[in-house]
Amino acid sequence: MKDKNLGIVETKYFNFAEPPHELELESGEKLGPITVAYEAYGKLNKKRTNAVLITHAFSGDAHAAGYHKGDDKPGWWDSMIGPGKAFNTDKYYVLCANVLGGCSGTTGPSSVNPKTGKPYGLDFPLISINDMVKAQSKLIEHLEIEKLLTVAGGSMGGMQALSWLIKHPDKIKSAIIVASAIKHSPQQIAFDEVGRVSIISDPAWNGGDYYGGKTPANGLALARMVGHITYMSDRSMMEKFGRRIRDVGERHKFNTGFEIENYLHYRGSNFVKRFDANSYLYITKAIDCYDASEGKNLSELLYGTKAKVMVLAFKSDWLYPKYQSKEIVKACKVAGIDTTFCEIESTYGHDAFLLEIDEETQLIKHFLEKVVQAG
Amino acid sequence: MFRYIREIEFQTICNYVKEGASVLDLGCGDCELLYRLIKNKNVRAQGIEIDEKEIYKCVKKGVSVLHEDIEYGLSEYKDNSFDYIVLQQSLSEVVKQPDKVIAEALRVGRKVIISFSNFVHYRARLQIFLKGKTPITPSLPYSWYDTPNLHFLSISDFIEYCKRRKIKIEKATYLGTKKRAYLFPNFFALVGIFLISKN
Repeated sequence: MKDKNLGIVETKYFNFAEPPHELELESGEKLGPITVAYEAYGKLNKKRTNAVLITHAFSGDAHAAGYHKGDDKPGWWDSMIGPGKAFNTDKYYVLCANVLGGCSGTTGPSSVNPKTGKPYGLDFPLISINDMVKAQSKLIEHLEIEKLLTVAGGSMGGMQALSWLIKHPDKIKSAIIVASAIKHSPQQIAFDEVGRVSIISDPAWNGGDYYGGKTPANGLALARMVGHITYMSDRSMMEKFGRRIRDVGERHKFNTGFEIENYLHYRGSNFVKRFDANSYLYITKAIDCYDASEGKNLSELLYGTKAKVMVLAFKSDWLYPKYQSKEIVKACKVAGIDTTFCEIESTYGHDAFLLEIDEETQLIKHFLEKVVQAG
Repeated sequence: MFRYIREIEFQTICNYVKEGASVLDLGCGDCELLYRLIKNKNVRAQGIEIDEKEIYKCVKKGVSVLHEDIEYGLSEYKDNSFDYIVLQQSLSEVVKQPDKVIAEALRVGRKVIISFSNFVHYRARLQIFLKGKTPITPSLPYSWYDTPNLHFLSISDFIEYCKRRKIKIEKATYLGTKKRAYLFPNFFALVGIFLISKN
């Protein structure tokens, strides 16, 4: 089943919001023109009823599955998307778009501001999770898809799925919300703030104006190192690295070469090659400020919603703990929504949503079949 | 024998439920009952189950299920959220505080269906009195050391309980070894199935 994959895939681009028809953001500011980078796998059926939107997590991109020409690594959720997989591309037309504010093809702070001819930097307006979803909904409209079979995502992707459920309930038949939350807890905001301060305090950040020069790679790498700690669990680190020592690079008093140290350095230095520091700031801010309940009781916003909901959490995930998923479940229950919830046994921590493929496949595959049957 | 009784139990519960109703099954296991109710009675079904392994089976059957504890899961619902709440063998097996759960079930559901194995079936009595051993019967086929049962109750116990709590028993079905136990159910019934509601 898993030996099949999508082969070579390509990123496409959708342009919209040309002035004077800019996209109005939640902040009231306007942004345009906007490019959305997206990928599509499988075939849209004649009635245009088999489309699935995958929403990516904080550092993800539109390249969810298959291979880009010349790459030896597939997209970030390739194990879940493809022929015969959970999001079966023999049946479904699977879409994934880079979020607004991102740095992988969609308009973000590193894009050129048409007014100045230079990258936006901090002139880029603050964006929100709902804005990301608004941009996605424009893409869906452009593709002439009236109703999505599902919107599915983990972590920040789960927040987007939740936003679809609240803001566009009539445009989706279901939502799959994995390892996510209604809103960030102080602990989650705290980790994000450490990442942001790490970037901002790098002299190379230069008030966000560093394009074309030295980038704040040190700050961004450090931010990513903290991030990766929060994605793992005590147990998964123990299993993966233990206290093993590997001799690498230049020796100094404090370089003991613990494998976990090397891993974090590797992750940090790899990340700066593909991610923009300002995007890090804008996107983490969007996540921290998101509150699906808008200060009310979430169930009130969900009344009358016909979409079915699946919520998944992972046992060792301490970054997005089970109680946060259960808050979503509770709101759905009170609102009378047809809901399925499972807390999957896992030792991987928050990373589990990218790794516990067999369990997720079992649940999502059958859930989608039910959504299709319900018509 | 155990399977046969379970089958009759399934059928009886299905007969209790009205076409097109909404049903919440507490401790739904693999969702077999809800699956049948969807197929035969076109119900809006929701299960609650604590065992992760069972969740996969429920989802495979296309039944909506919540991986959570019964007591906790029930308390989150508003009053009269469902037409029926089902406790098929759950009362004796998984519920820690039956009194509290029954009261909650009667709040969340308009009607409640409860089935349990009768602990004082004549075979059980014989085993206690003659052998001096904890009984093992077709509806209670477990040894003391590996039984899922937390509470042991009889048909009479339950009827008395309903009287004390002013709960209305709308229907009751008693299953014996081969057929329904019409006579002296507390003596001959292996399983009791009750449809109850607020008085």
